[in-house]
Amino acid sequence: MDQITPKPIKNFKVIGTRPLRPDGIEKVTGKAIYGADLSAPNMLYGLLLRINEPHALIENIDISFAEKLPGVKSIVTFKDFIKINPNNKYNETLENCIANEKILYDGHAVAAVAAINLKVAKKAIKLIDVKFKKLPFVINIEDAMKKDAPIVAQGKKNENIPDGFSENVVQYCSFGHGNLEEGFSESEKIIKRTFKTPSVHQGYIEPHACLASMSNEGKADLWCCTQGHYNVRSICSNIFKIDNSQLKVTASEIGGGFGGKTTVFIEPIALALSLKSGCPVKIVMSREEVFKATGPTVSSLVDVKIGMKKTGKITAAEAIIRYEGGAFPNETYELGAQSAFAAYDLKSVKTEAYNVLTNRPAQAAYRAPGAPQAIYAVESIIDELCQYFNQDPLYVRILNAAHKGTKSSYGPTFDDIGLKATLEAAKNHPHYNTPLKENQGRGVSCGFWFNFGGNTCVSLNINFDGTVGVVEGNPDIGGSRSSISQMAAEELGISLDKVKTIIADTNSLGHNDVTDGSRVTFSVGLATIKAAKAAKNELCKRAAKLWGIDEDAVIWKDGYAYPAGANAGNQEPLSLEDIAKVSSQTGGPIAGHYEVNAENAGVSFGVHLVDVETDNETGHTKILRYTAFQDAGKAIHPSYVEGQMQGGSVQGIGWALNEEYIYNNEGKLQNPGFLDYRIPVASDLPMIDPVILEIPNPGHPYGVRGVGETSIVPPLAAINNAVSRATKIRFSELPLSPPKVLNAILSKQK
Amino acid sequence: MKKLHVNVSVNKNELEFLCNPEDTLLDVLRNDLQLTGTKEGCSTGDCGACSVILDKKLVCSCLVLAAEVDGSEIDTIEGMADDNKLHPLQKKFLEHAALQCGICTPGILVAAKALLEKNLNPTEKEIRYWLAGNLCRCTGYDKIIRAVMDAASEMRNENGSNYS
Repeated sequence: MDQITPKPIKNFKVIGTRPLRPDGIEKVTGKAIYGADLSAPNMLYGLLLRINEPHALIENIDISFAEKLPGVKSIVTFKDFIKINPNNKYNETLENCIANEKILYDGHAVAAVAAINLKVAKKAIKLIDVKFKKLPFVINIEDAMKKDAPIVAQGKKNENIPDGFSENVVQYCSFGHGNLEEGFSESEKIIKRTFKTPSVHQGYIEPHACLASMSNEGKADLWCCTQGHYNVRSICSNIFKIDNSQLKVTASEIGGGFGGKTTVFIEPIALALSLKSGCPVKIVMSREEVFKATGPTVSSLVDVKIGMKKTGKITAAEAIIRYEGGAFPNETYELGAQSAFAAYDLKSVKTEAYNVLTNRPAQAAYRAPGAPQAIYAVESIIDELCQYFNQDPLYVRILNAAHKGTKSSYGPTFDDIGLKATLEAAKNHPHYNTPLKENQGRGVSCGFWFNFGGNTCVSLNINFDGTVGVVEGNPDIGGSRSSISQMAAEELGISLDKVKTIIADTNSLGHNDVTDGSRVTFSVGLATIKAAKAAKNELCKRAAKLWGIDEDAVIWKDGYAYPAGANAGNQEPLSLEDIAKVSSQTGGPIAGHYEVNAENAGVSFGVHLVDVETDNETGHTKILRYTAFQDAGKAIHPSYVEGQMQGGSVQGIGWALNEEYIYNNEGKLQNPGFLDYRIPVASDLPMIDPVILEIPNPGHPYGVRGVGETSIVPPLAAINNAVSRATKIRFSELPLSPPKVLNAILSKQK
Repeated sequence: MKKLHVNVSVNKNELEFLCNPEDTLLDVLRNDLQLTGTKEGCSTGDCGACSVILDKKLVCSCLVLAAEVDGSEIDTIEGMADDNKLHPLQKKFLEHAALQCGICTPGILVAAKALLEKNLNPTEKEIRYWLAGNLCRCTGYDKIIRAVMDAASEMRNENGSNYS
């Protein structure tokens, strides 16, 4: 696995190595405790009653029979929440968990039961009598936008929506600069197409699970698998009108999230059932519930128009993006509009985006939310233009690539970015020049993600024996404990085995934003380094005290305190351990803290190359070779950077080739299980070769950029382009499942 | 209906439990025997997270009724390490960073162990097809496959065989 380092910024000792992850033993021996693994004494089992209707008005919910069933301890409906706090800020989030006046999607919950065991709970939900009136429903973007479409929810429409649409079109935005008309008139070829992508699910293997205990005095404990336990606290404490300090949320080990565990689905329900019953309540979702009632991605309908000169220079680019993200407004459409053309340095560019409500579950984030759909369309058109002019697709991308100083299509001017270096690495890679055979095609695509920083706290404690405890507040979803420990060890100049990082509960550390936006290694890393610097200052002060010299006369180097110069004396250097051991006599325990709302996360670019072979008799596409290039800024633990690149690539491969939410004409989800919603399995794939580039991010002390999300972006277009070249048919709708590809091949043969 | 009485050996420990006729082996392992290392990802036999070895055969414990296992021998992830000595597969999974979130890891380790007990010299393709019933959403399988190949190679060397 290649590693290209254009500008090394520092000689690191721990950073860039590949130590064993500190939580590894527990995870390979079955000891690690995930969401569903914890139980409590006197615990009840919670279960939700879900209605399999896409849209209906609830007329009555009769719980009287269910309540009388022996073993049933509490039942809640939306009305219970209104009694607790009618004006909560998270009413839409809550309404997605449990229906208020209307059932808004197939699988929407209307009531929940807590009982002494699951058997009783299952019996009880069958005894709840729900009377409802079916309403006309709408599932697809095109239908939902039409003036006479059934309305999903009234009064959600923003003021800036252009005329001519139904009330389901609730949000609109536009970005861009330059003169489109002039730009298109300078071009020598314009291609315009409409692209469609289906809704897909994050597909984490661990279903949502939680264990809640809440008392009448407004005190609560919640254990759950989440990407952000502080966010769970914010939402739930508001819904229950209790103080943040009184709701302690502990994040379990988390079995995947990819954005899907950034909000709540069952946590408020478990708390309400516990409050009403006086017992701890555990809820574990089934896989069917996960598919039907958590947050898949938006589906998309995107028009892209690009003008190019025969030299390969893009003269103008325009996109109209329409996203559907279920029954509630969301911000993903805006991320689509901003990311569509982010990879290019364009004189004239415009993106417009609409968000449309439908009778589907509320979308949640999925790895680079909003970017894959828009960039799929853009990168597919660029490939088609390259083919038209017989231009090399990587040459054309290098020619038009955004660079330092580019005013991006969404506004900001880029600082140091690694796109050109990444494209050049791809162009020079042996993969790119390997000959192809008949029915084979090679596809290329760029990918982009913004990367986020955000609110972050870290405490770093120096123990009396010279070991170090790092306390951070972001669930470790893919090895972050290791990279955080590595950064602490590096900064303090001590060996890695002296450091242990833990994820604190919400009462043990200040607020930390969700593990999302590829922010953890960047932001928590930044805060850890700064906390270590604070601890080093204190260590120097203690050394000064021990030596009886001025604080300023001590410096820290490679894990030791030294007198700053000859005038400071010629004392023997003191190690961190030497100082820690006697810290009780020099002022007490030593610690460093850092709190920040981190900025300058540094945008991320990647480029993927894929070779495919299509079978003309079945329409099946085989991935022959896959290489992913990405700028990591600085790879703290290269194995886990590679892991992010490989995992994202394969999720993108699934999106491109197989995965889709399929609704029937009654508005019901047809494939809520892993048999019919087919994510890639080991035998579908070759090795995924990762190539890490390191173009340091000026916003981080070690140059780190987030790497978690970009990798899901390029596979969609890269595979679309590869299949289009292999079959000599231009595709513009995902997934490229065998029936779809076969139909296209057969129609062409006719 | 009355509960059923079942005798079983789990990870070489002789145990007994009472179960409902409809309880799965997975339910009993997790809820009654507190062996939560075996995970539930789908309960329909599609994801492989609940893989265990039942009388030397790899099964999804969500598809086995608890009442069926009377008199059987079951191996779960909790019995894979020899006291505190990790199985070569466990060791190689750590070395290759073959897990990210780790929820599929117990099932994949159990399944891979079953493979290596049948065939200590599998090709990449054989490993990929053997593990096709174990879903992993984090890794893209690359590092998992490499870890299994490396563990097989180490086990062949330990056995003093000439495969490699």
